[in-house]
Parts: sequence; C-alpha cells; structure tokens
Amino acid sequence: MSPWLALAARSAWNRRLTLGLTLAAVSLSVALLLGVERLRHDARESFALSVSGTDLVVGARTSPVQLMLYAVFRIGEATNNIRWNAYRAIAADPAIAWTIPISLGDSHRGYPVLGTTPDYFAHFRYGNARPLAFSAGRRFDGVFDAVLGADVADKLGYRIGDRIVLSHGIGGVGLPEHADKPFSVVGILARTGTPVDRTVHVSLEAITAIHLDWQGGAPVPGFSIPAQYVRKFDLAPKEITAALIGLKSRAAVFRVQRAVNDYAGEPLLAVLPGVALDQLWDVVGIAEKTLLAVSAMVVAVGLTGLVAVVLAGLNERRRELAILRSVGARPRGIFLLLSIEGLCVTALGSVLGVVLLDALTLLARPFAQSAYGLAIRPQLVSLRELRLLAAVIAVGLLASLVPGYRAYRLSLADGLSPRL
Amino acid sequence: MSAAALVRIEGMRFSWPSGDAPCLDIARFEIGAGERVFLHGPSGSGKSTLLGLLGGVLAPERGSIRFLGEELTRLRPAARDRFRADHVGIIFQQFNLIPYLSALDNVLLPSRFSARRARLASASGGSCVNEAARLLDHLDLDEALRRRPAVHLSVGQQQRVAAARALIGRPEFVIADEPTSALDAGRQAGFLDLLLKECGAAGTALLFVSHDLRLARAFDRAIPLASLNRADARQEAA
Repeated sequence: MSPWLALAARSAWNRRLTLGLTLAAVSLSVALLLGVERLRHDARESFALSVSGTDLVVGARTSPVQLMLYAVFRIGEATNNIRWNAYRAIAADPAIAWTIPISLGDSHRGYPVLGTTPDYFAHFRYGNARPLAFSAGRRFDGVFDAVLGADVADKLGYRIGDRIVLSHGIGGVGLPEHADKPFSVVGILARTGTPVDRTVHVSLEAITAIHLDWQGGAPVPGFSIPAQYVRKFDLAPKEITAALIGLKSRAAVFRVQRAVNDYAGEPLLAVLPGVALDQLWDVVGIAEKTLLAVSAMVVAVGLTGLVAVVLAGLNERRRELAILRSVGARPRGIFLLLSIEGLCVTALGSVLGVVLLDALTLLARPFAQSAYGLAIRPQLVSLRELRLLAAVIAVGLLASLVPGYRAYRLSLADGLSPRL
Repeated sequence: MSAAALVRIEGMRFSWPSGDAPCLDIARFEIGAGERVFLHGPSGSGKSTLLGLLGGVLAPERGSIRFLGEELTRLRPAARDRFRADHVGIIFQQFNLIPYLSALDNVLLPSRFSARRARLASASGGSCVNEAARLLDHLDLDEALRRRPAVHLSVGQQQRVAAARALIGRPEFVIADEPTSALDAGRQAGFLDLLLKECGAAGTALLFVSHDLRLARAFDRAIPLASLNRADARQEAA
C-alpha cells in the first residue's frame, strides 16, 4: 500500500485555497487555448459550409479572395459589376448545368440585400449539399416580394406580410432609402448557419425597379416613378455583381474557368471556391497562429503560476518533509509527492477547462450565431484538441518536476533536521 | 554489554562537505538493547549530525555503524531509509507532526511506511489503529483530541503524539532529540516519565539527547558528547 496518494490528497486539501486558485488559472488558460482552437476550426467550418455544389464563382476581375468574400460571404463590396450580356454569354456554355446571378449593393437595416432569380432557391446548396428550405411562406414572385433569411426575420421580428424598405448602399447609417417602393415579406428561409441567414432576397427585376429613378447613387431630383408604374418599364437587369455556376461535370471546371477568364467582352474572373478559401486561410493563417501562440503563452503563464505556488509552499513544508523522512520516506517518494501534485492540478485543470469551455459555448452560442454568423457548437474533444491537451499536460508534468526536484534536494540536504 | 549491543559505532569519522575539519570523530560508542542513554552537549556540538548518522540519512566518510548486526555504512541510501522505517523511531525537539493529519494519522505514519512495524503494531493491538489508540491512551491523550488535526494540539500534546508515533510497531531504538526543550519544567518531567515507561514496556532502547543535565538521573547512563567526540577535543586543544 503506497501512503503517498493519500498523503498528497490530504496535503493538497490542506492548501486548497492557493491550489484552488492555481487550478482556476490553469483551467481558464486551457479553456482559452481550446477556445481559440475551436473558434478557428468552427470559423473555417462555417466558411467552408457556406457554399456547396458551386463549381465556379464569377465576378468582375479582382482578387479571388475578394470575389469570394463579397459574392459568398457578403463581406466588403464589389469594385465592378458584370454586364448582363456577358453573364448571358458565359451561361450559354453547354458544360454549365445552372447559374445563379447575384446582384448586391443594397441593404436593409444592416442586412445585405441580394437580387437573384428563382434559380437561387432551386440550385443553391450549403453545408453537406443541403438545399434551402422555407420555414414560412414561399419564393418571391412579384417585383416587390422579399424572402428573408432566418436571422433577419428573427432579429427584426418580421413575419409574412410585413412591409420593409430597402436602403441604398451597404453598412452604416443614414443611407438613402428606397422609401417609395416598399417590399412585402413573402417567405422566410429555415436557418442554415451561413450568410444566407443574414440576407434579404429579392428578384433581379426588383433591383432594377428601385433604381429606375436613381442615377449615380442618388434619386434624380424632381423625377419619381411610383411603384405601381414600374411594370411599364423594361426591368431586365443591365448588370449583376457576380454569378454562381454549377457544371454538369466537374471535369470541365478548368476549361470553363479559362473561358471566363479569357472572355473578350470585359475583364472577368472565375474562381474555384475551395481554391479561393485556401488562399483566404493563407492570409488569415498568420493571425490565427498569432492568436494560438498568445493563448499558448497564457497556458505557460498558468503553469508557471502553478510551479510558483508549489515552490513557494515548499519552504513551509520542509519540516513536513523531514518528518516524512524520519518515519521512513525516501527522497524519491518526496520527489513524487511534489510532482504528483503539479501533475494532478494540470490534469484536473485541463478537464475543468474543457467543461468550462463547453459551458461557455452553450451560453455564447446564440450570440455568436446572430452577431457573427458563427455556428459554434459544444462538442466532445476532437483529436486535435486532445493533442493540445496532451501537450499541456506534458508541459505541466515537466513543470511539476521542478518543485519535485527541489524538494528532493532539500530533503537530501536537510535529512532529519529541517532548517526552520 | 558488547554481546547484546544494539548499536555500535567504531572508528567513525564524519565531516560536512563545507568544513575541512571533521565534525564528529568517535572511536567507540555502544548502546545495548533496551538501554536508556542520556547524551548531553551544548548546541552545535554535533548532536544533530550524530542523529542523522544513526538515522541513516548521513553516511560517515569512514568507520563503521553497526545496527542489529547490520553494517549501515554498506547499505545503499534506499536500504538505509527502509532500515530506519523498520527499526528506529525519532522524536524531534518540536514541530513533530504533519499539521493536516489528525493525531491518530500521525501516529499511524510509520506503519504506512514500514510493513514490519504495521505487522508488529497489529500483532500487539489487534490492528494498527487500535495499537495507536492504545499508545495515545498510555500517553494520556484524550480520545476527543485524536481525530483533530495536529495543528490544534498544544506543544505538550504534540510531543506525546510524537512519542506514540516513535513507539508504534515496537522499533528497537528510539532517538529523541531534545524532545522536552519546548515544554515547561513541570511538563518536562511528566513527559519524560511517560516516554521512559513506554520504552520500558516495549523493550525499546532510547537515546535521549539534551543539554539539560537535570533530566539525566532517570537514565541508565549519561554521556557527554564531548567525551566521545575526538574531533571536538582536537579543536579545543588547537
């Protein structure tokens, strides 16, 4: 029977306040480390799940990352548009199964407005090739029909039949409004966990209609076309912002991409979503690594605190060590006594850190979803996280050897007569 | 006496790594089984060092320490630790107890580190816990105090718990290093009586180290450390 485990437990309980605080520091730092790792992973996952089944994204020539950002994630603005004729010409390629035109640039109370065709509801896929579903209502049909993403409806409290007014431009306040041409909500989409949730969908014709009496980003003074007369005008779109393309066979992807990039009519760019995402991660990767490094340092601080606490307590325990020596304890046992303590605090701190993180995730989930569109979820520890935890515990073990070794030296030097 | 010698030191010399002159140089010193020896000397005369040597945490640079016929100097440190756990009980001047353990658990410590003493304690008391309770009983420690953490005990109570711990499992040899110096005069005599009585009952030899010669009368033998230590004599001569 080894007396050490019981002794270590009693001794630790005797110093429960300082050890408890150290435990809290270790578990918080572990929660932070895993949180950063999990956020990083979930952010990537969120991005990767935002578009599925789309083989090419086409826009005016710009950087592939920027095109992805504004066309798929509604981040930033397009610098140029594609003329409708160019879009028609490209869409005519026999290798193409479907296209979804996208027209951006307006917003509703901070949420982006997306002009498109009913094909959007038929062909758009997200996540694991899942189609869009309606939680209420139907697709847009009339010019002034709008279909809301789940977050838009939830946050602003809209229901079917409500009337909304679009603003010209994206982001900010004090944008000029298309107040003369209100839309009515005809459909609300089921939650997807993608930027779709934060989008107001209208028809391409609607985008043309609300800009009929506008020029250069402002209403033309003294000239107004009332909503009821817009149908008398040609509402065929002149320009779109981007297009999503699905191919009949993925084998044709590079040929179609080249055809778009070489289009003579105007400078266009076609990107493969996966490739553009990889480029995005290259850019974001540095920030991610920095963040991870910072949280690793926080863990190091936590473990240093642990070593400091155990070392600081050691001087007061020299007497205890001499007593243990006098009843037959070997210096090796004393080394173990001190090392086990540090190891236990690290291991327990790691477990508590995971629990803490899951609890926080549960609490923060609705907020992260609505404010950042981040689909985070509590989960069991992934393999990569297990490796991180193992690394933390290994470092904790190494760190615990320091007080263990110091106690070993002390008990050898003190023998049976502790210096008091 | 020499045939029944429990501990025999011969030609032993020890010096601390920092000092050049030897600290202890003892030609011959014996303690018989069950003998009660009073060793006195001023502080700094090497009493603690001798305690370390007899307890097996220090090793002499030369000479022999035989204990129950076993040559301590030939044992590896781990074996000396085991030997001490099995055969030696130690009482310090003060702060004898592990503060977060109860008096009873403190007494039980040797039986946790030494299977031999656990066996002997069980044989004598039926179980280790019973034996510990019996010893505490004999040393006049109230039952109510036994379950309380050691920090709540008075110094006198702590020393009695330490005596019970040194005696549990009938070790052949108890070393007491100034165990009464933290007690007031009235309690010193009481503690000494209890200690001597229990050592006698267990047949345990006692080496009692103190500078207080008034206590020496109760012992079989009283020896000044200076008379043993040639190193001391040399230093004084120089």
